Amino acid sequence: MSTATAGHHEPAAEYAVTGVPSYKLAMWTFLGSDCFFFGALIGTYMTYRGKSLNGPYPLDVFAPSVTSISTFDLLLSSLFMVLAVHYAKEKDIPKMTLWTLLTMLGGLIFLGFQAYEFSSFVEEGLTLKSNIFGATFFVLTGFHGAHVAIGVFLLGALLWSVRGGHVADAGITTEVIGLYWHFVDIVWILIFTLVYLLEFTK
Amino acid sequence: MANPAHAAPGEHAPHAGHGAPSQSWLMSWVMTSDHKRIGILYGLSALFFFVLGGIEALVIRTQLAAPGQHIVDAATYNALFTMHGTTMIFLGVMPMSASFFNYLIPLQIGARDVIFPRLNAFSFWLFLIGAIVLNVPFILTPFVDMRVIPDGGWFGYATLTEKAYTPGASIDFWICGLQILGVASMAAGFNFIVTIFNLRAPGMTLLRMPVFTWMTMVVQFLVVLSFPCITIALVLLMFDRLFGTHFYLPEGGGDPLLWQHLFWLFGHPEVYILILPAMGIVSEVLPTFARKPLFGAPFVIFSGITIGLLGFGVWSHHMFTTGLGAAADASFSVTTMLIAIPTGVKIFNWLATIWGGQIRLTTANLFALGFVCMFTMGGLSGVMHASPPVDLQQQDSYFVVAHFHYVLFGGAVFGLLSGIYYWFPKMNGGFLSESLGRWIFGILFVGFNTTFFPMHIVGAAGMPRRIFTYDAGLGWEIPNLIETVGAFTIAVGVLLFIIDLLRSIGRTDGKAGPNPWDASSLEWITESPPKVHNFDITPTVYSDRPVWEKNHGPGPGYALAAVDEHIHIPPPSLRPLMLAMGVGMFFISWLTAGQFFMFGAGMSIVALGAILYSSFSWFLEPGH
Repeated sequence: MSTATAGHHEPAAEYAVTGVPSYKLAMWTFLGSDCFFFGALIGTYMTYRGKSLNGPYPLDVFAPSVTSISTFDLLLSSLFMVLAVHYAKEKDIPKMTLWTLLTMLGGLIFLGFQAYEFSSFVEEGLTLKSNIFGATFFVLTGFHGAHVAIGVFLLGALLWSVRGGHVADAGITTEVIGLYWHFVDIVWILIFTLVYLLEFTK
Repeated sequence: MANPAHAAPGEHAPHAGHGAPSQSWLMSWVMTSDHKRIGILYGLSALFFFVLGGIEALVIRTQLAAPGQHIVDAATYNALFTMHGTTMIFLGVMPMSASFFNYLIPLQIGARDVIFPRLNAFSFWLFLIGAIVLNVPFILTPFVDMRVIPDGGWFGYATLTEKAYTPGASIDFWICGLQILGVASMAAGFNFIVTIFNLRAPGMTLLRMPVFTWMTMVVQFLVVLSFPCITIALVLLMFDRLFGTHFYLPEGGGDPLLWQHLFWLFGHPEVYILILPAMGIVSEVLPTFARKPLFGAPFVIFSGITIGLLGFGVWSHHMFTTGLGAAADASFSVTTMLIAIPTGVKIFNWLATIWGGQIRLTTANLFALGFVCMFTMGGLSGVMHASPPVDLQQQDSYFVVAHFHYVLFGGAVFGLLSGIYYWFPKMNGGFLSESLGRWIFGILFVGFNTTFFPMHIVGAAGMPRRIFTYDAGLGWEIPNLIETVGAFTIAVGVLLFIIDLLRSIGRTDGKAGPNPWDASSLEWITESPPKVHNFDITPTVYSDRPVWEKNHGPGPGYALAAVDEHIHIPPPSLRPLMLAMGVGMFFISWLTAGQFFMFGAGMSIVALGAILYSSFSWFLEPGH
């Protein structure tokens, strides 16, 4: 569901009373809804924080340097996304392609770090079943990881459709997917702060 | 109901995409993305499930008619009240409201369709799949050796719904069905929010929108913001049941109260999702039949918004008996009582609307007036248990059952029936029988009060809800017998209504004309039933009562500029159904994973493939 196929009639979805293109408005509405998804999960995590009856506890497994690198990588990908949107609006498709690919790479590296983190945590005995920390941690960060994976997929689909001439306005389409990407990054800032950094305060 | 000869060529022949092949009648409905047809599909499905939920209620009432009966056993009774509640809320009232949103919103705002017509069809098909998942256990039961009919109550409290306490697959079916319905509702929510913001006809500012459109928008915001909470709650419960986590299990550090918080964070806004559409309908019907504008329309609108906002701040009033502490009880009590203010504003505005009006007591108006009275009664008993000490007495008693049936049956269902009588001529071209309609209203009004008023009394006398039978000598026999008589009276009323509806659907004689009630909003300038593209020329709006002002002054109301418009009607598409089946299969794969893990895992991969294929072909489909 991106803007309608180029070469056909002007898509109704571009007519907008508010001046905000409809796909963009739909994305904002979806992100508002997604806030409540993450809100419920982060709320669950915070409610159960420190309630584990047995280990491993967060400080037993967290490796802050590793997660800091993956966080930096994800935030950097947001910068790439901004540049991709910029060049999409400039209709400079080669540069837009380059920055979109780098954004995807940033997302994939983040997912790689998450896979490494998950498997090392499991090795140290932290699983969904082990305790309430494991359950809340894996469901929350896994849900976020699924968002990143969907984002990478959307960016791939974006490249395919822009380069294949399937979208009428590459600028708006890229911007709408960019909104999603930035949102997922912002949520990670919250998760990194509340789940990881908070453990290292005195 | 809808005119099958949609694409009749005419002066403004709609551009029907790329050579739509001639279709069978059935495929034209399966592949439709016309908001009016989708509205009718929602309406007919809602009616079917309303009858199903009603039959479940009749079995419940038969069982309770006298003390000590064993017509059904306790386990079956649990399944019956669970499915009655779940069905009426998610498969009866919500889709009936969705039927009105679909049919009316584009017409009321002067648009040709919703903003994403195929997404709209997707929402309907996914809703239908969710409804089937919830009800298929009835058919499965004779063939499987475990309990499969959902039986954990409509609010499915943990830890009762955990694997240890409810083995079998009954709760898995419930989780799966509700998750599918949630996705369907949210997809429709995004669609309607964007439609209302972006597809309004020129000149239709937000405050010129009909109140029904306004209430629809508030409801869609409630849907997209509250369904995430129940989705997460259900996901966590699913993890507990499938993967052995302890989200709601105290023995693993979890807390059953988390379920209640997440559920009611959804559950209370859900109450307004059910009632606000009916309030919108009544706000259209009462002014039309009083031949007066809605008194203080902006106040009615802003009260609706206030109710929606406050609805997110009252959830713990469902949890007073869980011992949250004095501070929490006091604050949730206050926020709950606050809701009485915007609700009261609405009720007084409706009264002021009919005050001094030239009232026509049509069936639609009778149901609307019935709504105001019955909803007020339900609202008053609601304020009663907003007080924690009172609630401690009433919690889980039949008093609560009486309260929410007054707001949901006397309120929401009467409002929706009013809407059916009011807009049926628009959808069909001919009327429902007015003379029979008065009888139906009378029978339902009497039957409703006979059924539910005595529940206040037995509830106050201590009869708990959800007991499958009771002992003689507690003073509950007479009221329970009266309630059962009332329930069957309701059934007679509903039966008469359905007979009249089926009789009238064929009679698309067009006798109604565009504006049979001399009403005020834009849907009444279209033909009855409207053409597939709704409006030949998009109207320009100058008033919040455009059609009334055009006919009666003082202003111009609306104008039809003679512009040469290019009307684009997307061709029929099978993609919405395909995508819905993919998404539905994805959720069902998790359901089967409870019993056969590898099968479920394989199925979810196939489902993801189906989702991918149908989204790409959706995206590339020409003409949309």
